[in-house]
Amino acid sequence: MAAIEQQGAASGRPGGSRGTSFGDRFSMRTRRLVWVWSFLALPILFYAIIRFYPTFQAFYLSFTNWDLLRPAKFIGFANYIKLFKDPQFWKVFKNTFTYLIIGTPISLVTAFTIAFFLDRVRFMHSFIRALYFLPFLTTAAAMAWVWRWFYQPPPIGVINDVFSMLGIPQQPFIRSTDQALFSIMVTAIWAGLGFQIIIFMAGLRAIPGTFYEAARIDGLGEWAILRKITLPLLKPTTVFLVVFSSIGFLRIFDQVYNMTTNDPGGPLGSTKPLVLMIYQTAFNSYAMGYAAAQTVVLFTILLIVSLLQLWILREKK
Amino acid sequence: MRKATLFAGLVAGFSTFAFNAAQAVEIEYWQYVFDTRVKAMDQLITEFQKANPGITVKQVTFPYADYQTRVIAANMAGNGPDVMQLFYGWLDKFVAGGLLAPLPKDAFPQAKIESEFFPIVKAMKRGDDYYGLPTAVRSLALFYNKKLFTEAGLDPNSPPKTLDEYVAAAQKIAKRDASGNLIVEGSTLDMAGQDHQWWREVLIRQFGGVPYTDNDQKVAYNSEAGIKALKFYTSLQLEKKIGAAGFMDEGQAAFRGGKAGMTIDGTFRLGAFKSIKDFEWGVTELPANAQGVRSNYASYFANGISAKAKGEKLEASKKFLAYITSPAAMDIWLKTVGELPALRSAALTETNLKDPIYAPFLKGLEYAHTTLFMDEQGQRQNAIDMANRVLLQGQSVEDSIKQAAAAEQEIIDAAKP
Repeated sequence: MAAIEQQGAASGRPGGSRGTSFGDRFSMRTRRLVWVWSFLALPILFYAIIRFYPTFQAFYLSFTNWDLLRPAKFIGFANYIKLFKDPQFWKVFKNTFTYLIIGTPISLVTAFTIAFFLDRVRFMHSFIRALYFLPFLTTAAAMAWVWRWFYQPPPIGVINDVFSMLGIPQQPFIRSTDQALFSIMVTAIWAGLGFQIIIFMAGLRAIPGTFYEAARIDGLGEWAILRKITLPLLKPTTVFLVVFSSIGFLRIFDQVYNMTTNDPGGPLGSTKPLVLMIYQTAFNSYAMGYAAAQTVVLFTILLIVSLLQLWILREKK
Repeated sequence: MRKATLFAGLVAGFSTFAFNAAQAVEIEYWQYVFDTRVKAMDQLITEFQKANPGITVKQVTFPYADYQTRVIAANMAGNGPDVMQLFYGWLDKFVAGGLLAPLPKDAFPQAKIESEFFPIVKAMKRGDDYYGLPTAVRSLALFYNKKLFTEAGLDPNSPPKTLDEYVAAAQKIAKRDASGNLIVEGSTLDMAGQDHQWWREVLIRQFGGVPYTDNDQKVAYNSEAGIKALKFYTSLQLEKKIGAAGFMDEGQAAFRGGKAGMTIDGTFRLGAFKSIKDFEWGVTELPANAQGVRSNYASYFANGISAKAKGEKLEASKKFLAYITSPAAMDIWLKTVGELPALRSAALTETNLKDPIYAPFLKGLEYAHTTLFMDEQGQRQNAIDMANRVLLQGQSVEDSIKQAAAAEQEIIDAAKP
């Protein structure tokens, strides 16, 4: 805020000299503030109406039995009690956290490794980087359908065809209650990889080369350089990506829904994330109150996970 | 809520304005987007307006996935249709929400409905009132690939008539590669498609039971018949190996791709299968059991009159509903959409009964059952899970049936208005 005001002051000076009749320095400041706030008011108003109002409305709805048809009736914590007793919720809860706890580290380690080595590649650097980034630009639905066909059993599944050429036994992938979740997770990781690589590479480039030179002169090995210089200096980037990717995995929906449309979240609910359960509760069963309660739980989880990560990865001074 | 009232007021204002200006009645008809259905309805509206000057009908359509939500949301805003299309399985929800008015008995006498329509129309009756009438109905039949029949040494002109013949033919057609992977299915297995209906309303009855009692409010398949029916179904994959759930992703895709000898599907699939060029296919009645017992599952989209239609609009809506459920309208619908007429007289004509494709579906209508779903998607999902527990997790059929019956009862009870 202070920076903005200073900048504003600097650029406002010539204008100020023209409009001296408007008064002294203090009223200039006020005028600037009015300007700033009148511009800021628009997004704030927009957010308040489009974001915050529905959010609070959702909190209220979670205490009602609204089903779209009849007026909402306040039923206290009944939705939450039902939710915590619902075995499906706990299954979905477990699935969601499996996506998060396994997906986030794997995707970050992979992205970092690729970025780390890609950073040193000079040959066709931009082209390779573009290739990695390409999946991020593709629609999730289209990607999910392609992968869905890859995973099919023979005669049409490409992966199983390769397996049979190599003499590896056929795998059921998304038709199996054990493999389906991980099969979908792989596609989600692959889809997000490009973005994470770009951010990591930007982070790597931001580390001054002089640090590395100094370390090499002091005779530090590559591993020590990575551990003592690269990783610590990359921390802000890592924190951002951990939070960003975690939120992504907690909100996973497109991939799951599009890869299992015949039996959404199946087989036997083994791939169903919380967001899909919310969607089904709201738009298949029209239990809006119950769905709102699930949304509030998801919101709370997102909030706790994000705050926890920021706290764990905070700058220690 | 305040916005809704404002919106309703605005709409009311506009409609009075329109009324004063045109001095004619305009009613709205709502259905979901499906190319041939929209075209057929356009044609029906043109015919109707010719016969009834002074009434204009405006067709409004929404994508299927949004359709229910739109109808319900519009009702809240006081801005719904006058005549609407609805799946028979949504009736309880729509009645409970006060969306539909009972059909006026002067224009639609009950005795006439019951004698002229196929008996499945009863699914639109609650208490003493009917809440809608269908233009067209759908039933199931067995589609078979004549090319694969010939290749397997079977007569392509005598498709299986009984379950035993069905299994035997499927076993002959099914092909595996050297490493044992299925490459051609004898018959598709797809609970997410129509197989759950086949199991529920056909197989259970053929094994001597009933799926539900108490107007389909009480699950009754946790019985010997239910167990036998599910055993038969799952054994098709596990023992007789005529197919595999998930083969080519979907049953209908496998059949379309010429990789399945047979598939059970509905009239609504005719349009998609008509474009098949690689092979000839035929349709036959669903196989009977050894005692000759047959059954079928029929369903339909009905047309109902909105509870908000009053006065002149109600009169116009009555006329329009009467027209779109008349034999003339059904004929147009059959030709454009390919769905079977809901009136016996319009359906069971000599031409239709001689038609090799329509005839098996029409015969099926005579003995078809219509499940009164309380939560169609939930109950379908429950059947998918029941089969998957046996097929994927090796749970015993008895345990899976027991679990499914308890879960479905819960779904039904929870959905009761």
